[in-house]
Amino acid sequence: MGTGGIAAGGADVMDVFKKRLKEKGIQSEVKKHCSMHKVGCRGLCARDVLVDVIRYDVKTTYQFIKSDMVERIVEEHIVRGTPVAEWLVPEDYHHFHDKQVKVVLADCGMVDPEDIESYFGAGGYEALRKVLSGLTPEETIDVIKRSGLRGRGGAGFPTGLKWELTRKAAGNPKYVICNADEGDPGAFMDRSVIEGNPHAVIEGMIIAAHAIGSDHGYVYIRAEYPLAVERLRKALQQARHHNLLGENIIGTAMDFDIKVKLGAGAFVCGESTALMYSIEGKRGMPRVTPPRSTEAGLWKLPTCLNNVETLANVPSIIRNGAEWYASFGTEKSKGTKVFALTGKIKNSGLIEVPMGIPLRQIVYDIGGGIENDKAFKAVQMGGPSGGCIPVEHLDVPVDFESLTALGAMVGSGGLVVMDEDSCMVDVAKYFLHFTQSESCGKCTPCRIGTKRLLEILERITAGDGREGDIDLLLDLSADIKVSSLCGLGQSAPNPIITTIRYFREEFEAHVTGKKCPAKVCRKLLAYSIYEERCKGCGACVRVCPAGAITGEKKKPHVINPEICIKCGSCVEACKFKAIGRE
Amino acid sequence: MTNSIPEIENNDVLFVIGSNTTETHPIIGLRMKQAVRKGGKIIVADPRKIDLVRFSTLWLQHKAGTDVALLNGIMHVLLKEHLIDKDFIAGWTEGFDTFRESLSEYSPERAEKITGVPRKDIVKAALMYGKAERPAIYYTMGITQHSHGTQNVFAIANLALMTGNLGKESTGVNPLRGQNNVQGATDMGCVPNQYPGYQRVDLPSIKSKFEAAWDAKLSDRPGITATEMTDAAIDGKLKALYIMGENPLISDPDSHHTEKALKSLDFLVVQDIFMTETAELADVVLPAACFAEKDGTFTNTERRVQRVRKALNPPGQAREDSSIIMELSGRMGYAMNYNLVEEMMREIGGLWPAVAGITYGRIEKGGLQWPCPTLDHPGTPYLFKGGFPRGKASFTVVGYEPSKELPDKDYPFVLTTGRQLFQYHTGSMTRKVKELNAVAPEAYVEINPADADSMKIEDGDVVSVSSRRGSVSIKARVSERPPRGMVFIPFHYKEAAANVLTNPQLDPVCKIPELKVCAVRIEPASARP
Amino acid sequence: MIKVIIDGKETRVPKGTTILEAARALHIPIPTLCNHPKLSPYGGCRLCLVEVKGNRHPVTSCSVPASDGMEVVTSTPLLERIRKTNIELLLSDHPNDCMVCEKAGDCTLQELAYFYGIRENRFAGERRIYEKKDANPFIERDMEKCILCGLCVRVCEEVEGVSAIDFAYRGFNAKIVPSFEKALDCEFCGQCVAVCPTGALTGKMWSYKGRQKDVRDVDTVCSYCGCGCNLTLHIRRNEVVRVSSRDDTINEGWLCAKGRFGYSFVNSPERLKTPLIKEKGTFREASWDEALDLVANKLKKIRAKHGADAIAGLSSARCTNEENYLFQKFMRAAVGTNNIDHCARL
Repeated sequence: MGTGGIAAGGADVMDVFKKRLKEKGIQSEVKKHCSMHKVGCRGLCARDVLVDVIRYDVKTTYQFIKSDMVERIVEEHIVRGTPVAEWLVPEDYHHFHDKQVKVVLADCGMVDPEDIESYFGAGGYEALRKVLSGLTPEETIDVIKRSGLRGRGGAGFPTGLKWELTRKAAGNPKYVICNADEGDPGAFMDRSVIEGNPHAVIEGMIIAAHAIGSDHGYVYIRAEYPLAVERLRKALQQARHHNLLGENIIGTAMDFDIKVKLGAGAFVCGESTALMYSIEGKRGMPRVTPPRSTEAGLWKLPTCLNNVETLANVPSIIRNGAEWYASFGTEKSKGTKVFALTGKIKNSGLIEVPMGIPLRQIVYDIGGGIENDKAFKAVQMGGPSGGCIPVEHLDVPVDFESLTALGAMVGSGGLVVMDEDSCMVDVAKYFLHFTQSESCGKCTPCRIGTKRLLEILERITAGDGREGDIDLLLDLSADIKVSSLCGLGQSAPNPIITTIRYFREEFEAHVTGKKCPAKVCRKLLAYSIYEERCKGCGACVRVCPAGAITGEKKKPHVINPEICIKCGSCVEACKFKAIGRE
Repeated sequence: MTNSIPEIENNDVLFVIGSNTTETHPIIGLRMKQAVRKGGKIIVADPRKIDLVRFSTLWLQHKAGTDVALLNGIMHVLLKEHLIDKDFIAGWTEGFDTFRESLSEYSPERAEKITGVPRKDIVKAALMYGKAERPAIYYTMGITQHSHGTQNVFAIANLALMTGNLGKESTGVNPLRGQNNVQGATDMGCVPNQYPGYQRVDLPSIKSKFEAAWDAKLSDRPGITATEMTDAAIDGKLKALYIMGENPLISDPDSHHTEKALKSLDFLVVQDIFMTETAELADVVLPAACFAEKDGTFTNTERRVQRVRKALNPPGQAREDSSIIMELSGRMGYAMNYNLVEEMMREIGGLWPAVAGITYGRIEKGGLQWPCPTLDHPGTPYLFKGGFPRGKASFTVVGYEPSKELPDKDYPFVLTTGRQLFQYHTGSMTRKVKELNAVAPEAYVEINPADADSMKIEDGDVVSVSSRRGSVSIKARVSERPPRGMVFIPFHYKEAAANVLTNPQLDPVCKIPELKVCAVRIEPASARP
Repeated sequence: MIKVIIDGKETRVPKGTTILEAARALHIPIPTLCNHPKLSPYGGCRLCLVEVKGNRHPVTSCSVPASDGMEVVTSTPLLERIRKTNIELLLSDHPNDCMVCEKAGDCTLQELAYFYGIRENRFAGERRIYEKKDANPFIERDMEKCILCGLCVRVCEEVEGVSAIDFAYRGFNAKIVPSFEKALDCEFCGQCVAVCPTGALTGKMWSYKGRQKDVRDVDTVCSYCGCGCNLTLHIRRNEVVRVSSRDDTINEGWLCAKGRFGYSFVNSPERLKTPLIKEKGTFREASWDEALDLVANKLKKIRAKHGADAIAGLSSARCTNEENYLFQKFMRAAVGTNNIDHCARL
């Protein structure tokens, strides 16, 4: 159960199961044969709460389970052996999983994240034992290099090379940092991995520490992830208890321990240099490079910073070999990538796919298509740093190079699907609002430039767009991209650039026609009453907060556009569809 | 200073004793902080938790007036740990064996008993200083303003000599001069026993050199020091005093005594830029130009002679001091005529070879550090490279002597005095600057919170501080800076002049008064509402 | 030493030299707002971006060290466009009230606006408006003029070791503040004022006393403690209106509160302006002739009656070397005594 599962009622369902099983005396009766586990995120959030019942090795999966449904499952299925057919997952549940390849998420949703024994049972810490008993640091680095693993935090820097640089850098001590400051709107990959399988991350960190020669590690994690923090701390405690952390780890000469540092909610602290300042207790502001963090990072000492997902890949790569991992993905983008699939999509949830999979398969095969079968409009990939991919590029292979060529990016893995009701100017405005308020304020283009971009978008969506505004957006975007200090500023204009590239006519409609084709931008809408349909019932008059609607009873009403605040309440109140929005 | 200011930041160990550097010498304080940033370590020895403690690796909080015991304790450890420079001692010093003997009684245990500094810290300080590559010692009036101030200075010299930490770049002994041209005033012979350039008035050859140069008959009797002038006036031996730019009523110990002395004079002339407390007592007051209204040179604490330039005309009829002196001298029957200030500099260079190479042209930018004997000499950033001018340096056996007035039943607190950042000396300049007075408007006595508690004194209460010589009413500032049993008063404020309380007891050699230690009593001045 | 070619000019610099330092050594101008040679590189203003052969993106010359054989171009249409955009952005959030600004004529932002000919602003929009309320007596903090170059924050931390100010808030609303946005309470050394490139930080006592073009600069030495800091007095109409310090001096341009802000005693109305003679316990004004004659006669009379050693002189550590020399010469040669001392012991 991750945070999403709990929010959907998972904890209550679990409680009721416990209670019912106890009442029925089943638990004590066949104690050694019956057990119950909570597991981490299983991916398909859209169908929570999911419950697996495994009866004599036959696994049956239920979806949308609420606590009041538990009694029947216990009674009919567990006691009597007849599954409750109408609550079972339908056939398409399996489509969600068919095209996925799970490396990072392999044990997520399978092991109990709060029980190290459960992780041991799934082969946990075998990779660490293998490294400590048989591999030199250089050999470990070589495995990672040959696997082709690249940073999953967004930039895609080769992980093995980063380890090697840190190992070779002069200075002591050296640090390993796990970046768990996941901040993109709509992203929950790292959160789910830590909530679902924290030991994989810890094991990856210990292996990294051995490879680079570090004895101090940090996990920098958002304070807004309380469950992840709790499970991480519990896991660290268990790892220490089993001497997987601390001094002379499992009897070797290696010392290593990990501290948890909570982030205070600044998006920019996901940037590696800002993150390190934050750990030092300073304001999180990115710094200029060189020197790279691998030479002078935390406290000006050599530091290897990897993202959660990157580290969680490491144990599997060590266990199964570099060649196994490299067999997934494309020439330059090896392995798999976890995405948080959200937006106007049927199967929203957490997925893991091989690099290079066509985007269309993610949207239609795994995602099950657009909600309410509306028309697909675009996918926003890479969060506020990424860009939009329109329908004509839906077959693009999802890998680092192909997405960058389209102006989007793999990013950390947020994947937001938009349908015909989304206004692309509004989407761009949303992301700019986010980056503008999350800018640290250090460099001019990001601090003032993104503010000006936002102001221009605001005036366009308010009907005050001026001739030349679209080009001004593009000019300023180009200058911000090339002159900002860190990745936040350099990528902040991406949502604007790609939306204009693929949806320029929508921008022009706003600027010159003063219309919002998707009917989202409120100030560009005009409300009017169709005389022929209006029955004069007065429902609209009662809900209008501005008093803009007048008319005699049982006669057609009128809206005074001078007073109307375009809130849309009247449209919802009218039973006769007599109010139009243009 | 034996070193220069820029060398400070390359010290690897800075031993700062009796100097509240960041407040009294803020810009030298910056160099010390820079040294820390470059990896240097500071040892602070001070009874008060001064700001520099924040930047230090080790703080030795010794009792006021126990510097000799502390330093001897450190030297005892250095001996024991063989952290001495035998080659330096053999080549450049004399008297080491007797001196070595004298240290035996200063074990860290005994030093701890006298100073209150834990023995492990004394050992740590010794190891830090003894093992350093480029250590330097810094001190100011916290070392010198004691009845045994000369002994303190000797102890510091012994420390540097036995470790050979002298005569090298960024390595030496650095007394920091407290006033902008106090170095220059001494260099120029404004001392009772020396002509310009530290040349003794009682040596006939030197006297005749100056007699020839000045075309005058000179006295071979050394004169009396400023602190001795006070007693001489009261005794009736001194009849007239001509004060140029000084305010002894505020700066000297035991103000009541000083006032009595000045009033006993037949004739007092004060030449100053403001009507100071001392000028109020004068028979004639002569208005002078301030630093911005004249040309000349100042010599800073690192012996750097720098140009002072006239930027303004003096107000009203005020005149430059040099022109007043020349006028007066003429009227006394001894004509002094210089057309340009630079002519005086040339005359000084002719009488004191160490500055013969310094001309206004050469110091147009940046200044030069003496010794600078010739016109092509680059100046001397640090002293004693390759030896001492008089041959070998002597070790001096120094024993700990307590301060003259220690706390007792009637006067249970130690009072120490000093400066604070926003005021300067007697305040004759800074007290006229409204912005400075907005942040440092009034005198205060710093009292440790535990002491304040025991006397039911709260921060901001007016208290009365009394010594055997007088009493002042002053605001209490309850602060962690002074230790228990010690209070501190800045001496800038005439309204609550610290020197009403201080002990005029002089060091027998250099006649410096014991301003850093006297005994006082504290009482709430008025009942709180 | 390593070889670096900047705008076609070749030079050799020590390892660790930044591109900016190397360019300046070649007298090639690169605009900067957030760089100071004595402070750590920051890379915030983005004006010093240059193109390095083989690099995909421009780099900040203030922070990137030159490497052997590096080829740098400091001005291209792209770089100039970026610089103009960034200056324009700064000006779009600036009061632009140069006509009444204390800093006019000595303001880097104003300079750059002039050189880039920015009159119209493509990016006009919201401007930060702050209530001016810092009650400290020394430093005027007009945060609307602040361009967030961070020099003040760095100088306060890296030079003064005080860290009285830091960044607060994010994005467009980022602002330099004392802790909890209270009034500034620090050592008031004014190092921040000295490094501020705009009119955001100025001396409160400077206001409306005279602008850069109206003042005469005189280099001299501070009259307070023994550090011997160099001062530049800025003079207008026989008044010190401002004090600064050159950075090529022993104090590297750094001063303390007294040196930088404690100068108004010079022009104090309380200065002594005429000789005064005390009669029956009160002073009356006198001419120089009268006063000097009185002093000379009195001293002569006392010397005749009690001997020269009944007279003593106290000289001053605030006076110049030449005056101290004259004073002791006067006491020794004109009066005839060695009773001469000064305040070295106090």
